[in-house]
Order: sequence, then structure tokens, then C-alpha cells
Amino acid sequence: MEIFEILLSASFWAAVLRIASPLILATMGELICERAGVLNLGIEGIMVFGAFAGWIAVYAGLGLWPGVLVAFASGAMFGLVHATLTVPFGLSQHVVGLGITLLATSSAYYAYRLALPQVTSPPRITPFQPLNIPVLSDIPFLGPALFSQTALTYLAFASVAVVALVLFRTPLGLALRAAGENPAAVEAQGLSVTALRMGAVMVGSGLMAVGGAFLTMSAFDSFFFEMVNGRGWICIALVVFGAWMPGKALLGALLFAGFDALQIRMQQTPMGAHVPYQVFLMVPYVLSILALVLMSRRVEVPAALMVPYNRGER
Amino acid sequence: MAASKTHRIDIARRRLLLGAGGAAAAAGLGLAPGRLFAQEPISIAGIYTVPVEQQWVSRIHVAAEAAKAAGQIGYVFSENTSNTDYPRVMREYAERGVKLIIGEIFGVEQEAREVVQDYPETAFLLGSSFLDDPAFPNLAVFDNYIQDASYLSGIIAGAMTQTGNIGMVGGFPIPEVNRLMHAFMAGVRETRPDARFQVSFIGSWFDPPKAKETAFAMIEAGADLLYAERFGVSDAAKERGVLAIGNVIDTQADYPETVVASALWHFEPTLQAALARVADGTFEAANYGLYSFMKEGGCSLAPLGTFEGKVPQAALDLVAEREAAIRAGSFEVAINDDEPKSS
Repeated sequence: MEIFEILLSASFWAAVLRIASPLILATMGELICERAGVLNLGIEGIMVFGAFAGWIAVYAGLGLWPGVLVAFASGAMFGLVHATLTVPFGLSQHVVGLGITLLATSSAYYAYRLALPQVTSPPRITPFQPLNIPVLSDIPFLGPALFSQTALTYLAFASVAVVALVLFRTPLGLALRAAGENPAAVEAQGLSVTALRMGAVMVGSGLMAVGGAFLTMSAFDSFFFEMVNGRGWICIALVVFGAWMPGKALLGALLFAGFDALQIRMQQTPMGAHVPYQVFLMVPYVLSILALVLMSRRVEVPAALMVPYNRGER
Repeated sequence: MAASKTHRIDIARRRLLLGAGGAAAAAGLGLAPGRLFAQEPISIAGIYTVPVEQQWVSRIHVAAEAAKAAGQIGYVFSENTSNTDYPRVMREYAERGVKLIIGEIFGVEQEAREVVQDYPETAFLLGSSFLDDPAFPNLAVFDNYIQDASYLSGIIAGAMTQTGNIGMVGGFPIPEVNRLMHAFMAGVRETRPDARFQVSFIGSWFDPPKAKETAFAMIEAGADLLYAERFGVSDAAKERGVLAIGNVIDTQADYPETVVASALWHFEPTLQAALARVADGTFEAANYGLYSFMKEGGCSLAPLGTFEGKVPQAALDLVAEREAAIRAGSFEVAINDDEPKSS
């Protein structure tokens, strides 16, 4: 069976990590927001803007890492707009989020055209190159699969560890989770729910933007309109899939990427000549929905998710 | 939108010229106003659903910009117009008195035809999957029928592949894409009859990372030459040190060691044919796709450039022979719009 051959090749697993990286970063961003009680539907647009901002910064002469910082900052800026409207003003998180997606997407397009009015093909940058980690990358199979990725992929995995650590092992994480479960209790501790939620949305949005920047600075080397192509929406689902737990969300991202890498390869097998390609393209989504159904049966949603907090109101 | 702003200025200037023309005619200079019309630039508007960088649209845009620079036309455009918004933008340009509207209606065939009927005075030259229809006398259709050039690029590809395993990544299997893939495959079989093809569609026009991943998978499955229909494919080829064949535009400058040959589309003959008919008032429903054929100068094989001297002479001889036959009309590349499958 071809499927086993595919699963046993190191290049397949390397592809899984590559495809998963932007999803992991943006999913962690969304998870932080939702843990603090704010659904951030601005994710898709923020990823587009991050993809643009990081890339254009490098194109303008900045280094790659400063470019990542620019992407993060641009995401945080949209996060600030989102948080201002949804946290102190308590507006509908659905409407604001979708509005942010539209705003950030169009802003990226607009800025792109202002910066590059007359181009025949988008300029290219030198993106992050695969880093072969000494010793580890020489391990047979595991080396090429896991340890020959770009720095941003390693950053994505590190972000999961950091988010998990901060959320579950620090007072800040406790306060943040409480802001999403029982904001009145946070207030009783003398902490500001508004500050916690706004901070979470800004940092989370920054991570989303870095996820977008992965596409232009690691997976590819230039910016195209529509290249985020719905990845943001997948991350929203991955947060639910992961039951708001960073580790499980990581698993979800890897699973989705795995299905995607698999379907790309299955299209090349003799089976691909008989099955319509649309079926293959559907596979990751269908299987993820199935997995979501199975996984989310005992999920606990943050109790105050999407509930605006007004001081003194009971 | 910057484009519409320039447009308004254009129109204003045109009105001014019109007024001046009328005055001159009234003053009895013996020039018919119609003649003055023909001499001044024809105002045309482009409406594109994607940015003007996109391969396909860029060819239209470049041709229009060139005609504008030559003083032949006044040209404004709206890019990134979503399909849902497309009919409105068509109406807006038509209302402003643009003479010729060019664009692509692959996603709005029906709605666009309704607009066309409402503006019989405006000429429409639109990329479409359907043929011309006398019921819409002011709508001419076109598409990049560059199968001649794709076929020739296939002959070269067949001579350059070592493994005989060729990967092809497409966006969606629409007629335009299918036709060129089939022509390419026919060309490959001329020099490599036992070639095997891996065909994939990624379900998106603009997802270079995904196109790249798909191309990686094909290389891992043994492909040593890729047909680069989408952005991202040549990048995968470059990274893994295999070859690629370009499509519609010449990207060899970006991938000097990777892109062997490219089938180029030239929109100029299509545009010039339409402009001539608009100018003399004979514009009507027609299939301008024919102007993309090689014998009309609508397509060509890009120069080998960095691969000069690296392609086997036998293949180049065959290319030269077939090109001459195509231009003379004695050889026709088959047009096959069916969805290609992996073999």
C-alpha cells in the first residue's frame, strides 16, 4: 500500500511540520485570546497583514528577525483595535472580529499597492533557510524529518511550550484564565480584567501575524493577495479541537497538516488517476471535522468566552 | 481608489477634446467629428479579479500599458475586483462612457452578459470559457489559446527529463489550464514517448506555499521536471535542483538554473484587433482567442537564455520544424479541454 510508504518517508513528516507551522503559531494566538474570554475572528485578516508586514519589512532592508518583530507588532496593533472595541466597549466580538479581518486584509492590499505601484511580479526576499541542527539532523529518519526545518518552525513549537508554561504555571496565566472563566473573581483580586484581556488579545494577535509571516518569510519568499487562503479559519477550529489546551491544539494542527500532506501525496498514486482531485482536497477538512466531533465531546468552553465584562455589573 | 481618480481626469480631458473637436467641426474646418474620434486615444478600462501581477492578467495589463504609452489608448483599471462586485464595476465604467472594457468573466459569465446587454454602445472584450454569441453583439471573448507554445515547450521538456517523470501543478482544471497541460504533454511525448505525468490541482489560484508543497511531493515521487502553472512550483524545483517549464510569463530571470523554457502569451494581437474594430465601428461578437495562436503572434517560446547550449540539438531541430509548420498553418496542435489525469 502506498499510504504506508508515504507515512514511512522522512520527507512526509518534514512536510507535515512545514504545513503545520503557520497553523500552530496562529492557533496559539487564538488560544490566548479565547482563554482570556475574547473570540478573535480578526485572525484571518491579521495573518494576511502579518504576512505582508514581515515580508515588506525584510524587502525594505530589515533583517529576518526584525521582520518577524514587525509582523508581531503589526498584529498587536490590530489586536489593540479589536480589544479596544470588544473589551472596554463590549461590542459584539463576532462583528468586530470579522470587521478586523476585512480591515486588515484590505489594509495589506492597499499598503502593498502604495509601496509597489508598478510591479510585474511581486519582489522576492531571501527567506529563512532550513537549519540543520548539528548532531540531531544526522539521526537517520528523525533528522531529516524533524531537525532540518527553518527557525520559524522551531519557534512555532517553542511557542506552544511557552504558552502552556505561562498559562498553567505562572500567576499571570492563572489571572488570564480566570479572566476567561470568572472575571469578577479577577476583579476581586484587585486585577484589571480589561488590562488582562486587552493584553491577551494584543499578544495573541501578534502571534497570529507571525503565523501569517511564516508564509511569506519561510514557506515562500514573496507576498500574494489571498495567500493565507482560509488558514486563519482553520485555526479557530483547531482551538476548539484542542479544547483550549495548547498541547492538544498542537496535536490538532499536526493532524490537519498530516492529512494535507497525505492528500497531496495520494493524488500522485494510481488512485489519484481515478478519484476526482476535489475529494483529495476535501480530505483534511472532512477528517478534521470527524476528529473534532470525537475529541470535543467532553470539552469545557471558557465560561466567560464572548461575555463582555462590565465593572460592578453582576 | 487611485485608478478611478485618474479615470475621471481622463474622461474630463476627453470631454474637453470632444468639445474642441465639435467646435472645430462647427468652424467648418472640413473634418468630420467621427474622424477626430478615431485619432484621439480610445478610452479603455480593465477590470481584473486578481492583482495585475498575476501571470495571466499581467499579459493583458502589459499590452494595455504599452498601447497607452504609445498614445493609442487611455487606460484605467480596477484590480482585485471580486466576482460579486464585477458587474457593478462593469456598469460603472460603461456609464462613464468608456469605449472598450477588457477583463475576465470566468466566474461571472451570466451576470456579465446581462450587463453587456444593457450597454450596447460599449464594446466588451472579456476572457470567458464560452464562445461568442450573436445574441450579445457587443461582447467578444478571448482566452489564452497558447497551446502552440505549450506544445513546443513540451518537446524541450521531454528532451530534458532524465527520469521521464514530469510533475504538473495546476490551480483549477478549467479549459484554459487543461488545454495547455494537454498540449504540453503532447509535446513531451514527441521526444519522450514513455513519459509519466503526475497531475495535481491545488484548488486555489493563489497559494504558493501549497503549490510548493505539492511540487515537493511530486519531486519526492520521482519527478525531475515540473510544469510550473502556478507560483511556487519553480521555487520547489529550484530548492531541490530539478528543472521547470514556465507558462504564460518568462520567469527565467528569477530561476536561471531552473526554468528551461517558457510558453509565453502575448495579448497585443488580441488588443490591437479589438482596437481596430472599435475605431472603425465594426466591433461585434467574435472569438478573439484565435489571436493567441502562434501564427497570429499571440504566443511564442521564450528564448532559452541560460539554457542555451544545454538542450539537445535534436529537440531544438524538432521545435524549429514544428514552429515553422505551425506558423505556415500546416501543423495544428490539438485543443483538448478535458481535465488531465495522472498517468
